[in-house]
Amino acid sequence: MRARTEQFLPFALLLPSIGFLGLLIVIPMVQALLLAVMAEGGGFSLENFQRMFADVNFSDAWRNTLLLLILIVPLQIVLALCMALLINSRFRGHGFFLYVYAIPLAISDLAAGILWLAVFTERGYLNSTLQNAGVISQPILFLSFDNLGGILTAIVIAESWRATAIVLIILIAGLQLIPRDFFEAADLFGANRLRRTVHVVLPLLRPSLQSALIIRTIFAFQTFAVVFALAGRNMPVLAGEAYTWYATNRNEHVAAAYAVLLLGLTIVATVVYLRVLGLREAEVQR
Amino acid sequence: MASITIDGVNKIFGKTPALKDISLEIRDGEFMVLLGPSGCGKTTLLRCVAGLEQVNAGHVKIGERDVTGLAPRDRNIAMVFQSYAVFPHMTVGGNIGFGLRMKRRPKDEIAKRVQEGAELLGLVPFLDRYPAQLSGGQRQRVAVARALVMDAPVLLMDEPLSNLDALLRLQARADLKRLHKEVKRTTIYVTHDQVEAMSMGDRIAVMREGAIEQLGAPMEIYDNPATQFVGGFIGSPPMNFLRGAVRDGSFAGEGFSLPMSRPRADLQGREMVLGVRAEHITIAGDGVPARVMVVEPLGSHALVTVLVGKTAVKIQAPIDVAVRPDQAINLRFDEATLRWMDAGTGSAIQH
Repeated sequence: MRARTEQFLPFALLLPSIGFLGLLIVIPMVQALLLAVMAEGGGFSLENFQRMFADVNFSDAWRNTLLLLILIVPLQIVLALCMALLINSRFRGHGFFLYVYAIPLAISDLAAGILWLAVFTERGYLNSTLQNAGVISQPILFLSFDNLGGILTAIVIAESWRATAIVLIILIAGLQLIPRDFFEAADLFGANRLRRTVHVVLPLLRPSLQSALIIRTIFAFQTFAVVFALAGRNMPVLAGEAYTWYATNRNEHVAAAYAVLLLGLTIVATVVYLRVLGLREAEVQR
Repeated sequence: MASITIDGVNKIFGKTPALKDISLEIRDGEFMVLLGPSGCGKTTLLRCVAGLEQVNAGHVKIGERDVTGLAPRDRNIAMVFQSYAVFPHMTVGGNIGFGLRMKRRPKDEIAKRVQEGAELLGLVPFLDRYPAQLSGGQRQRVAVARALVMDAPVLLMDEPLSNLDALLRLQARADLKRLHKEVKRTTIYVTHDQVEAMSMGDRIAVMREGAIEQLGAPMEIYDNPATQFVGGFIGSPPMNFLRGAVRDGSFAGEGFSLPMSRPRADLQGREMVLGVRAEHITIAGDGVPARVMVVEPLGSHALVTVLVGKTAVKIQAPIDVAVRPDQAINLRFDEATLRWMDAGTGSAIQH
């Protein structure tokens, strides 16, 4: 009786999460896959992917998505790492900084986008501040369709502000897992702060960096709401195209093709991170 | 090579004083053991010497150099941590050479010294392994090798054997003692294990509640404990204590009276504690009456616990001792080995 309970208990405990994931992730994913490979009239076909690749916005969306990924992810990791190391040094009042850094986490991405729109728009806070300070006489059109650099900068700032805290929290948790003795041994055996960070802290932080990178990269592929709020259709991205094809063009098949493409990209990125940053088997404490 | 001077060091954690005005001189090449129960401040004192804690008052000097305000890396010291703190992401060789790499020594020198360190501690076959692939004893040796290759004149060890099992600890104890004879570093060794302290130390500083209770060579501390605390902490079994007062030529306490051949006039009538080691009491035909409580045969000898009056006393007897629990026996005390302490302060009375 007891043996049977013990056999089933793990599965019983897993059941809620399996059900949750199945209902909200697996079923929609299978549906999306099916939608992507089915022709509008029925029957399997690659025509949805052909339409996607042939779309005028596709190459722009592809370029913009990768550009944002390359700009945002390293910036966020570096920023979060600096912030985490700063907080972990336990200076006076470090708890306060943690709370301040974490505030953006409570704000939804669309709201964050609108918030930054209020800063960067023609009559926004930035322009009026600069005008009042006498730095400029005419408002600058940061978000104009022909000012790609301006739009990109605004998006990178908004995204970094919004989502760096997620990385920060993962890294702080990781730092706190490193026993104090390792820091002290590094100090004692002659490492200065920088060399201690490079030779001891970062290698020991690899598992957390890996998680942070994976999560951030997945989110970066999905960047959409902030872009939409700041740039509208001036800056197409892959996730935005999926939305547009579904909501505006009423073609769920091509929208699904975009989703499948994003899924593929995400898997490739994750595998690369796992390979490059993974712990060697010999390092794992048994 | 260098001596270490600890001069009036105070350390306060919050409002709790952890070290109370400690002064201690450690000679060049000496093996100094800081011994005491947990919370006595021995590790804190070691960390103050290491620079991992900043002192609130006082000075630490290594050789002629005042290192009080210096960072650990500028003190020219090496340390073995209780947890070993061997880096899991580096191989054994990488770990041993870590300090030398941080000091930017030339590559060929590092390789040579790592090899020497590995040979000294029998780690050559493991140089390319990761710590996770090693046993606890091997990891401990990596930590020692990493400290030794630094060629720092001062070696600090914080309970380096406490995570090993009993048999391995015995072996590692002898290994460390041999190593110290070979490399002759000035060593501070922290432990709560009085056997380790006795067997390894040139001198022992017995600490209690943030102060040094007694400083001396192991046998000096064993034979002449400065306080009742030291006598009770050093030795296995610890020193026996009997409370009483000298009256009319004998030392009498609750339920016992010990005749004295040459009673000291100055001790007359004074409330005292008598300290006597288990090996200095013999079971005899006549003497102080006692009742046997427990007999523990320990192979080389037997440990007999008896009741003298109302006090439990441990006696080291020959293994073939013929006594049984509840038996009434008589004890003879070796008078030259008796130690007298003030009953109020616990401090030894000079003779």
